[in-house]
Amino acid sequence: MKFGVVVFPGSNCDYDTFHVLQNVMGQETVFLWHKEPDLKNVDCVVLPGGFSYGDYLRSGAIARFSPIMAEVKKFAQAGGLVLGICNGFQILLEAGLLPGAMLRNKNLKFLCQPVYIRIENNKTAFSNAGKKGQVLKIPIAHFDGNYYAPPDLLAELEKNNQIVFRYCDAEGQLTEEANVNGSLHSIAGLMNREGNVLGMMPHPERAAEKILGSEDGKVIFQSMINYLEKKAGTRKKKKVVTTRPAISPLPPLIGTC
Amino acid sequence: MIDDKILADHNLTREEYDYIVKLIGREPNLTELGIFSVMWSEHCGYKSSKVYLKKFPTKGKYLIQGPGENAGVLDIGDGLAVVFKIESHNHPSYIEPYQGAATGVGGILRDIFTMGARPVAVLDSLRFGPLDNPKNRAIMEGVVSGISGYGNSFGVPTVGGEVYFHECYAQNPLVNVCCVGLAEKDRLFFARAQGVGNAVIYVGAKTGRDGIHGATMASAEFGKDTEQKRPNVQVGDPFKEKLLLEACLEAMAKNLIVGIQDMGAAGLTCSTTEMAAKAGTGMEINLDLVPQREEGMNPYEIMLSESQERMLIVAEPDKVQELQKIFNKWDLDAVVIGKVTDDGQLKAYFHGELVINIPVKAVVDLCPAYRRPAKTPAFIKKISRFKMPDMPSDLNQVFLQMVASPNLADKEWVFRQYDHMVQVNTMVLPGADAAVLRLKGLKKGLAMTLDGNSRYAFLNPRRGGQIAVAEACRNLACAGAMPMGVTNCLNFGNPEKPEIMWQFREAVEGIAEACRQFDIPVTGGNVSFYNETEGKAIYPTPVLGIVGLVEDVSTVPAAGFLGNNEVIILLGENREELGGSEYLKLVFDEEKGQPPSLNFETEKRVQECCRQAIRQRLVRTAHDVSDGGLAVALAECSFKSPKRIGFEVRLNDRIRTDALLFGESQSRIILAAKEKNARKILTLARKLKVKAKVIGKTGGKKMVIWHRNKKVVEQTVEMAYNAWKNTIPGYFKISKGE
Repeated sequence: MKFGVVVFPGSNCDYDTFHVLQNVMGQETVFLWHKEPDLKNVDCVVLPGGFSYGDYLRSGAIARFSPIMAEVKKFAQAGGLVLGICNGFQILLEAGLLPGAMLRNKNLKFLCQPVYIRIENNKTAFSNAGKKGQVLKIPIAHFDGNYYAPPDLLAELEKNNQIVFRYCDAEGQLTEEANVNGSLHSIAGLMNREGNVLGMMPHPERAAEKILGSEDGKVIFQSMINYLEKKAGTRKKKKVVTTRPAISPLPPLIGTC
Repeated sequence: MIDDKILADHNLTREEYDYIVKLIGREPNLTELGIFSVMWSEHCGYKSSKVYLKKFPTKGKYLIQGPGENAGVLDIGDGLAVVFKIESHNHPSYIEPYQGAATGVGGILRDIFTMGARPVAVLDSLRFGPLDNPKNRAIMEGVVSGISGYGNSFGVPTVGGEVYFHECYAQNPLVNVCCVGLAEKDRLFFARAQGVGNAVIYVGAKTGRDGIHGATMASAEFGKDTEQKRPNVQVGDPFKEKLLLEACLEAMAKNLIVGIQDMGAAGLTCSTTEMAAKAGTGMEINLDLVPQREEGMNPYEIMLSESQERMLIVAEPDKVQELQKIFNKWDLDAVVIGKVTDDGQLKAYFHGELVINIPVKAVVDLCPAYRRPAKTPAFIKKISRFKMPDMPSDLNQVFLQMVASPNLADKEWVFRQYDHMVQVNTMVLPGADAAVLRLKGLKKGLAMTLDGNSRYAFLNPRRGGQIAVAEACRNLACAGAMPMGVTNCLNFGNPEKPEIMWQFREAVEGIAEACRQFDIPVTGGNVSFYNETEGKAIYPTPVLGIVGLVEDVSTVPAAGFLGNNEVIILLGENREELGGSEYLKLVFDEEKGQPPSLNFETEKRVQECCRQAIRQRLVRTAHDVSDGGLAVALAECSFKSPKRIGFEVRLNDRIRTDALLFGESQSRIILAAKEKNARKILTLARKLKVKAKVIGKTGGKKMVIWHRNKKVVEQTVEMAYNAWKNTIPGYFKISKGE
């Protein structure tokens, strides 16, 4: 499958996501430059973490106006698979591709730490490789991850099973302490009604290699690959050509002038 | 006319002024005087320290680039090089904690990527006044937020460092930031304006009036008017810096750059003169072309502005267009402001008029060097002797008090505000002895540590310097790493005072000797003098940043206990040494005596033994014994244990129990290993002539220490853990909401 990682100015998890998709998951991966309204025929768009355009205004508030976002919107509306991680989640909220908003973390500090999240719904394009109730250990790193939505919207999200991940403790219990940023209903990951767009605050790309302490994040990427392969299979089996160049400790260059 | 008041405002002496007149053959104008004043400031010119810094060893088997460039460079094989350096931002961080610390991070990042390296890690050494004072809390909160705000946005992980509290830092907090970068060995860039006729290009943020005379501010004591210096502090924009990084690295990868230097302290002045001086060329620039953020700036302001996120590039004329295209892609200014000349002069035009015409060599290389008088301070004799106080009756209680003291307590409140995982290389998280980064696609990795102990340096600066090096190397050994090179940040008081100069000289000589002993070169660093407010100096504070190589990252042990029933081994020897200890300060409020003794041969053998045991995969947990002594080190192994595993340890040394528990004797490392491997470690230790003994086992929910058949410590891990964990957050509790 072909993945596209969008690079906004100020994205800083773009290389990490690229590295994991290409070198760990073995998928063909390309960078998508924010100024170019071209999705390069990818099967899935990933909006990575970072501080797009500096995020001096609300996180993601400027990125939604970026030329590439118009294409991402069209892609999503046509049923294309879109994953937003951290800042990517914030951008999806600002762009209206997901409902709700982010507030500052409840302790008013940036938080970088491993957290546990529970799979609430495993019948999705983003979680089918896991079990319902399964607890994943994945790090967060954000200032604005305190999910907020009005009560009627929350009720709707619950009713439609759109809440894919919730913050929990190591045993899978929902506690106030485990809900580190104060999100309503402990929401860590949320998808749209159609199920093709997901935003999550935890960074699965930071938990995809054993040497870094956890491989739980691979569940999310593997789910997406499963979903895309199945979708491709039902139509026309597309031959997956993955180029796996030697991994360099230094990242490649991105975009063109 | 240059009068005494103008000279005083520029921190120049009459003698220095006369020397300038002699060098340029006439009276300088005000702009030229400003240029000399910043370049000859202590911060840029190292005029009080130069003669001593020559004592550092600067050769080593990994060395590519030693002192004199923006950062040091080490060869780590596989065509890769490590670029690293430390910088202080003490003065700005006191005046404006958030921006002071943020721009400190920004400055050191530029030092690294200007050499062609991508910053892969930041470590910071922070020192504040005690937290019971709200002002100190506000400074700490601002500094930590500043580092977090800049580093997180830029996308470099802050992987380690230290946080320390002492009264002497109340009005002079220390913010030392060390950055490590990774580059391709054959694609390093240097600050040289080579090639007469080449274009001089200004890239990055626009120039404003911020930070004018930052370098001279950092070269004087603070008085009561410190608050008025706030406008001297620059404002950081990490977003712009991130763009600058990507654009510079892209231009470098496409071979479009001849020479490059960041505009840090002394801004355009420093970059133009240094680049020309190093290449033996001159430079001609037009100040009207410098992108400006404010209207009506004069030459003095343009040359001396310390606006952040700017770089000066020298490129061949036919490559300028392609270079500008790259910077435009990243939405950055890239403007040709002049050219490289052959006359050795810096010439600058403003509104068509020649406003600067000075020889670059005079500015850069002829800064006076002073061998200032040094004198042993009177207090040294008084504090070196002391009578050991009576032992407290309840050492079990003291143990709890120790782990909960701010200096020894958990610093997660700080570290979790830093993104320490971005770039997905961080293997060992902050709080361990050394941070470890894997290198993608390779078996090997990098270990790094930042360390200093100012109390030792206060009591005996020479030994303090030696111990700082030894302990940093020991931290690396606990990750199985071989030290490769050193960068240091030397924080001292006013060098014009003979007592301060004595401390400086002693510490430098101590560090130099230790570096020779460990066979590691000093690749550069930073000297921060004038850390005094209203005549009161900080303790001498040398901070050592050492980078090491891990041959195989899969061997790196944990910082905490991993399993029950593992054997705990102590490498090294417990001695009755309480001088300068955290224990004496905390329990008796005494800072006296001699710091622990240090024998280099013993130290090196202990480290080698630890390293070899790790390489042979015998070690599950490794932790060095330092501040707080053996009992605290053992407790930390339980606190950092994922399952919070306790221990039971039996000691029989014939020394005072408090010295055994909390004394800070050097050259000791705690190892935990499985039974059969423990025997192998003991054999290895015998072979290497290292004192090693089994002192107990891991397991249970309690931490128990016996001394000669008497139980002296018994605490549940849970309770001690909470005490250790809650100290720092306790000072910063938000009354509502949390």
